[in-house]
Formats: sequence, C-alpha cells, structure tokens
Amino acid sequence: MAPPARPRSRHWQWLLLIPTAAPLLTPFANRIEPTLLGVPFFFWYQFACALLATVVITVVYLATRGERP
Amino acid sequence: MTDRGIEVGVFLALMTLVVLVGFGAARWRRPADPYDIEEWSVGGRAFGNWTIWFLLGGSMYSAYTFIAVPALTYGVGAIGWFAVPFAIVTTPLTFYFTTRAWSVARRHGFLTHSEFATARFGSPGLGALVAITGILATIPYVAVQLISLQAVLRTIGFGGEWPLLAAVTLVSVCTFRSGLRAPALLSVVKDVLLGWMLLTAVLMVAMYGGWGSTFRIAAHRFATSPNPADGLLLPDTGHLGFLTLVIGSALAIFAYPHALVGMLAAKDRDTVRRNAAALPVYCMALAVMAMLGFFALAQGVTPADGDLNTVVPRMIHEYFPAWSAGIAYAALSIAALIPAAVMSIAAANTFTRSLYRTYLRPGASPAAEAWTSRWTSLFVKFGAAALILAVDPAFSVDLQLIGGVLILQTIPAVFLGLLTGWFHRAALTAGLLSGLTVGLVMMWDIPKLDATGRVVADHFGGSSWPLGDGRTIYVGVVALAVNLLVTVALTLLLRAVGSAGGRDRTRPDDYLADAGDPYLKRLDELIDGLPTAAERRERVG
Repeated sequence: MAPPARPRSRHWQWLLLIPTAAPLLTPFANRIEPTLLGVPFFFWYQFACALLATVVITVVYLATRGERP
Repeated sequence: MTDRGIEVGVFLALMTLVVLVGFGAARWRRPADPYDIEEWSVGGRAFGNWTIWFLLGGSMYSAYTFIAVPALTYGVGAIGWFAVPFAIVTTPLTFYFTTRAWSVARRHGFLTHSEFATARFGSPGLGALVAITGILATIPYVAVQLISLQAVLRTIGFGGEWPLLAAVTLVSVCTFRSGLRAPALLSVVKDVLLGWMLLTAVLMVAMYGGWGSTFRIAAHRFATSPNPADGLLLPDTGHLGFLTLVIGSALAIFAYPHALVGMLAAKDRDTVRRNAAALPVYCMALAVMAMLGFFALAQGVTPADGDLNTVVPRMIHEYFPAWSAGIAYAALSIAALIPAAVMSIAAANTFTRSLYRTYLRPGASPAAEAWTSRWTSLFVKFGAAALILAVDPAFSVDLQLIGGVLILQTIPAVFLGLLTGWFHRAALTAGLLSGLTVGLVMMWDIPKLDATGRVVADHFGGSSWPLGDGRTIYVGVVALAVNLLVTVALTLLLRAVGSAGGRDRTRPDDYLADAGDPYLKRLDELIDGLPTAAERRERVG
C-alpha cells in the first residue's frame, strides 16, 4: 500500500508505539509503592503515561510537519 | 436561601444559558445554507484547533464516563480504572489513524465509517451492515447518557420523567436547528464548568485529608468488603480481563460513528494531528474523576436507592459549596447532552448515507439528505429516551455493553481498512457476521450475578467471559479474534480461487490528502463528478 519512496521523516511515526504500549503495562504497574502525593503507583503511572503521550505525539508532529509523500 | 435553593438556582441559570447558546449556534459563522448536510453535520469541515479540541472532549468524555467510571472505582476499585489506560491508548492511534480517516473522508466527502467501507471494499452491502451495527450500538449509548442525566436531575430533586423529557426536547430542538455547531459551542461552556468542578474536587480532597488518607481508608474498606475481586490493585487473576477490556474499548472508539463526526469537522490534517497531541489532557481529567470514586468511598458517601450512578452527584451535594455544586450539576448535565447530540447526528448520517441514499432513494439531493438526517437525529434521541422511560433503565446499560461488543466487529472494515484494502468484501461480511454471532452467543451465556455472587438472571450478565480459573476475558476481543480469523482465512481462500474483490474506489494518495491540495478539487470532478463543498455552497447561494 505504501507509496514507493517515503521521506525518512515518516519513520518518526514508529515512536507512537511507545505511548500506545506504555498504558498497557498494568501487570508491571500493579503496586502501591512508590506513592506520589499519596497516590499509589498503579494510578499515578497512568498520569505519567498521559504526559508521555502528549510529549511523544508533539515530537512526532513537529518532526513530520509539512512532510507528505 | 437554603443550600439546595442555591444549587438549583445556579443550575437552572446555567442551563438557561446553555439553551440560548444552543439556539444561537446556528448563526455562528453562518454558512450560505446551514442545512446542507456537510454544514449541518460536520460544520462545513471548517472547525479549527480549539473548536475541535473542545468538541472532541465534549463528545467522547461524556457524563456517562464522568459518572459511571467513578461509580466503578467506588464499587470495585482498580478494575474501574480501565477507562484511563483505554483513553490514553486512543491518543497515539488517533494521531495516525484518524488523520488518514480525515483525509480519505475529505477527499471523497464521506461523513461516516459505513460510506468508507463501501468505497474501500466496493460493497454497498458491507457498508449497510456496518451502518446497521453502528446505529444499533449508538442508540443505547445515547440512552446511557440520558440515564446519567437522570441521575443528576434526581439528585437535585427533579425526579420522574418530565424533567428528562424536557431536557431531551430542548437538546433535540437545538441540534435540529444548529446541527454540529450547537454541541461544538456548548462543549466550550461544558469544559469551563467541568474545569471548575475538577478544581473544586481537588481542593475538596485536599481539605478532607488529601489523597494519602483517601487511598488508605479506601483500601481498608475494600479489605473488609465481601467481594474478593475489589481492591486498590488488580488481583492476580484480573489482568487478562482488564487488558482485553482496555484494548477492546480503545479499538471500539475508532468504530463508533460519533467519534468520527467530531474529527471530520476539522479544517485540515494538522488540526487533527495537533488535537491528538492535546487530547491526553482529557485523559488526566478523567483520571482525576476516576480517583474521586475512592474519595467517595473513603468518606462513606452512599448511593441513592442503591444506584451507583448517583454516587458522584451525591458526593457533590455533600462536599461541594452549594454554588459550586450547582456549577458541577450543570457541567455533568451538559456533558450528557452534548454526546447525545453528537451521537444522534452521527447515527442519523449513517442512516442517511448508507441506507437511505444507497437503498431507499438513490440520487437524493443534498437538501433531501440533510432533511432526512435532521429528522432521523430526532428519532434517535427520542428512541433512546423511550428506551429508558418505557423499559427498565438497567436494560439500556446491558444494551450499551452489548453495543460495545457489536461495534468492535466492524474494526476490520473501518479501522484496518484505513491501512489496507487487501480484505475481500465477502470475507469481511462473513467475518463481521461471525464476530457478531460469537459475541452475542457468549454474552447470552454469561449469567448475571449480584454483589454477593448469587445468580439473578441467566443471560446477558455483562461482557466478561469467565475462563474457569477466576480469570475473565472481554467478549468483544474474543469475537473480534474470530472475526479476523474468518476474514483472513476467507480472503486467502477467495483470492486463491481467483475471485476478485470489489473495486477499491480510494487511492493511496487519498489517505494523505489535505485541505488546500490543488488536486483535491480536480480529482473530485474527474473521478466522482461530485460537486465540491465550495461549489455546492455557490450553487445554493
């Protein structure tokens, strides 16, 4: 399906796999300690994932802006 | 003035404002013909960054989420937290997939997933099947929004049927008149109020001992409850059910008709992409709401009549200052009405484009399409209201769960279809039908249990399939796996015997098209002979 020659900047999109996978690591995040402001790890981990998603998507957006094969 | 009086006064004043904004919305950036279907249902595909961001927040993060998710964490703890990772996972997927969906829809003038399925796989029948699944899944989704609204209204003291019907009538008239412009403008109002509510809530938690003591007391309450599956953490047997629910729910977002409508209203690709980057802010708002369930539990808030949906409204009444409570009730009510409006627009478009125009009246004029969509949207909302008023409300909640499993079965056509046109149309149809069958049979087989584990009904007791060893798995994901297996196996088979699939009317370029592309307009004329939105506007004006 892909057009024959894609500019290199399209590879930045693979970074999106990180924020897609991170929130799914709940079996490893299933613990109380360390707490942050009294919030158990299991819960604040997802806040961190949301921040990570914003950062990664912004990076990919900036890196691929204006590029269209 | 009593506290209750202030609450009700603030609430009514804000709701009056909402109705005025909803009515006035038709005049907002008024197009030549507000009842062209593109104008009415996707705002002429001209909304910018901020409007889209608010609109998406308004249509996806609904009152049902803000009321049902804390109700779940209140009731069962960690399992209810599934909504948060699910929401976060959708954001990077939105960045990639929804941008492609926007481009191909912009290029071909699609308003719905079902039209895309028809064009991609050359099969109006597949499109119709996708459309019917979408409409069936959407109506109970509208109904659960209205249930949340009813829970709020009941807490304020407006019990019974008439307040709900009045609210539904008002929002229906606003939508009928202003189309997607009404929910878009109201979303801004809603987010301001909701922001206030979250701020109040966070201050409230700080005043009553902070998160540390909230979680300590909540943990203690879970430890002393009879239910072994609840708690602040997932039990060892809980991971499979939790993760499959997260993945299934996240994928379903890309198949529900209403989730697409908001994005299609964006004016260009970059608006969609920038929005994906900003959407996690809503995930965090949802996460704070979900943690309020633990606060309600720690403070010993009790639901009215055993209805867990009233936990959040009651917590607001007991712990917020009266005027802040009025604001919070207004925020939650608008948060129920906006998605109801967007969902009804989406379901109406789906009907108009994939059933009415394909089978009932081919070659319907844009005016006839818009007229059909506007009336169908009324039908959807009042149908949903009838569903909860005439039938047991609990039935709508069950139907919504079932709808989630059903809509997931359109994923191969409408989501994977954005990546590849490899699937054979007959295989997709067979896969969809087998997925629907497997999902329904499995859910039919799940007995309904009450809190103590006693069987209260033999069938349709949820969407978690027990595996026998204490673990469960989300039915939607199992059905989707069967669906995909059938689709892939049949596609291979049909290709092996040389059966050509339908003609793919989209081209690889279409998935990257952007507003302002010179070829966009030219291709419209060359390939489809369709008038572009701009031309249509000229013709009308």
